[in-house]
Amino acid sequence: MTELARSSSHDDIVVVGLGATTPLGGDVATTWEGLLAGRSGVVALTDEWAAPLSVRIAARMAVDPTEVLPRVQARRLDRSEQAAIIAAREAWRDAGFEGTAREAGLEPTRVAVVIGTGIGGVTSLLTQYDILKEKGPDRVSPLLITMNMPNGPAAHVGLEVGAQAGVHTTVSACASGSEAVALGLDLLQLDRADVVLVGGTEACIHPLNIAGFAQMRAMSTRNDEPQRASRPWDKGRDGFVLGEGAGCLVLERASSAAARGQRVYATLAAAAITSDAYDIVQPDKAGQVRALELALRRSGLTAADIVHVNAHATSTPVGDMGEAGAIADLLGPDTVVTGTKSMTGHLLGAAGAIESVATVLAIHNDVVPPTINLEDPDDDLKVDVPRTAREMTVTAAVNNSFGFGGHNVSLVFRKA
Amino acid sequence: MASADEIREGLASILEEVADVKAADVSDDKSFTDDLDVDSLSMVEVAMAAEEKFGVKIPDDELPKLKTVGDAVAYIQSNA
Repeated sequence: MTELARSSSHDDIVVVGLGATTPLGGDVATTWEGLLAGRSGVVALTDEWAAPLSVRIAARMAVDPTEVLPRVQARRLDRSEQAAIIAAREAWRDAGFEGTAREAGLEPTRVAVVIGTGIGGVTSLLTQYDILKEKGPDRVSPLLITMNMPNGPAAHVGLEVGAQAGVHTTVSACASGSEAVALGLDLLQLDRADVVLVGGTEACIHPLNIAGFAQMRAMSTRNDEPQRASRPWDKGRDGFVLGEGAGCLVLERASSAAARGQRVYATLAAAAITSDAYDIVQPDKAGQVRALELALRRSGLTAADIVHVNAHATSTPVGDMGEAGAIADLLGPDTVVTGTKSMTGHLLGAAGAIESVATVLAIHNDVVPPTINLEDPDDDLKVDVPRTAREMTVTAAVNNSFGFGGHNVSLVFRKA
Repeated sequence: MASADEIREGLASILEEVADVKAADVSDDKSFTDDLDVDSLSMVEVAMAAEEKFGVKIPDDELPKLKTVGDAVAYIQSNA
C-alpha cells in the first residue's frame, strides 16, 4: 500500500459531520445500510398524474419530510427546503454542534453554508401556478417566493444554524451537490469561514419535470420493473431514474476539529471543477478527464493511491462509459468503482452531496458499496465494479459529478 | 349570517392550521402578534383563508388594523 503523500503547506480540511435524507432512508445510517445491502429506493408512481406519462417510476424519499418536521414549519417550506433542513440538522449535530452557531460556541460570522440545488422550489411554483389559474392571484400563497427561490434551501439552513459568513447556492444541474463541497473547501482555504455546512437538495418529482426529461429521452421507461430500472454500465440501461432527497457535510480545518476533540471522518484533499464548452447536454470525456487529473494533482496523491471512485454513472447509454473509460485510463483498471445511483436513483442537485457522504463513509468504514442491476456489463467496462459490498482498505477515493451544461466536479477524499 | 361564535370558531380552525394556535387560546382579547405568535406572512394567509371561509375580503389597509381576535371577528361579522 502506498504511503499517502501529505500536502502540509496548509491545514487540512476535514469532514466532521454527515447528514442525509434519501430514497433509502431518512438519515445517514439507514441510507448507508441500504447502500451496503444493495437495496433500491425506486418505486412505481401510482399517482393519477403519472398515468399519462411515459415514465412512471421514481425514487421518493423513504421518510417523508412532513413526518419529521413540525407541521407549521413544514407547510412554509418547499419540499426541497424541507429535505435540506433535515439533512443539515443531522450533519450539524453529527459535527458536535448543538443549537445555533452561537449556542454551540462558534463565532457566527465565521460559519458559512453552501447548499446546491438543480431547480430548487419548482414544485411549489407549479402548485401555486395551478392555484393562480384556478382561483386567481388573490389566492396565491404569500410564501411562494421564499419557497421557490433557489437560494431558499441554503437560506433556511443558514437561518437554522445562524450562519453569518455567507450563505451560497451552487447551481450546476447534477453537479450542484459536489460543487457545494468544492466551494466549501475554497471558503475554508480562503479563510472566509471556520466551519462550512455544505450539501445539495432536490425534490422535483412532478409530471412537468418528468415529461421534460422524458421528452429528452434521458429517463428510463422500465415502468414494470422499477427496482431494476437504474442499471449503470449494464447493456440494458435506458436512462436515469429521478430521485429526491438531500445530503450534507460539515467541513472544518483539521486543527480546529482536533482542538475540540471532534471525530473526523476523512480529509477533503482536493476539488477540481472544469467545464466542457462542448454541448449543452452531451458530456465530453475530455472535460471529465481534466477534472480528474486536476483533482489528483491538487491532492498531492498518485493514481495508485486512489483505490475507489464513486462514479457519477446515471445509467444513461452514453454517459456511463465515457466516465468509466476516463477512470480506467487515469486511475487504472483495478480501481474499485461504484454506481450508487443504481440504488438511490439520480437525485440531481443532491446527488453529488449524497455521493460525497457515501465516499466519505467508504473511507471511514473501509467498505465500498455495490452497484446493483449490473447483470450484463457493457463490453468496454474496464474497471472493477463489485456487485456486493466490498470490504477493503480505502485509503483515498474520488467522487465524480457531471451536470447538464458541461459541468464536471471531481472531489478527492482520503483517510485523515 | 354567521354569528360571532361561529366566526371565532372558524378563525380558530384557520389559526390552528396556519400557526398551530390552540383553540383554547383563541379569545377576543388575544393579540395576533403578541399573544398568538402569528407573523405578518401568516396574517396574509389567515386573511386569505378567512375570505374563502366567510366570503369576506379583508383589504390590505384593513388587515394591520385587526390587532386582536375580537377585531377580526367584528370586521368579518360586519362585512358578511
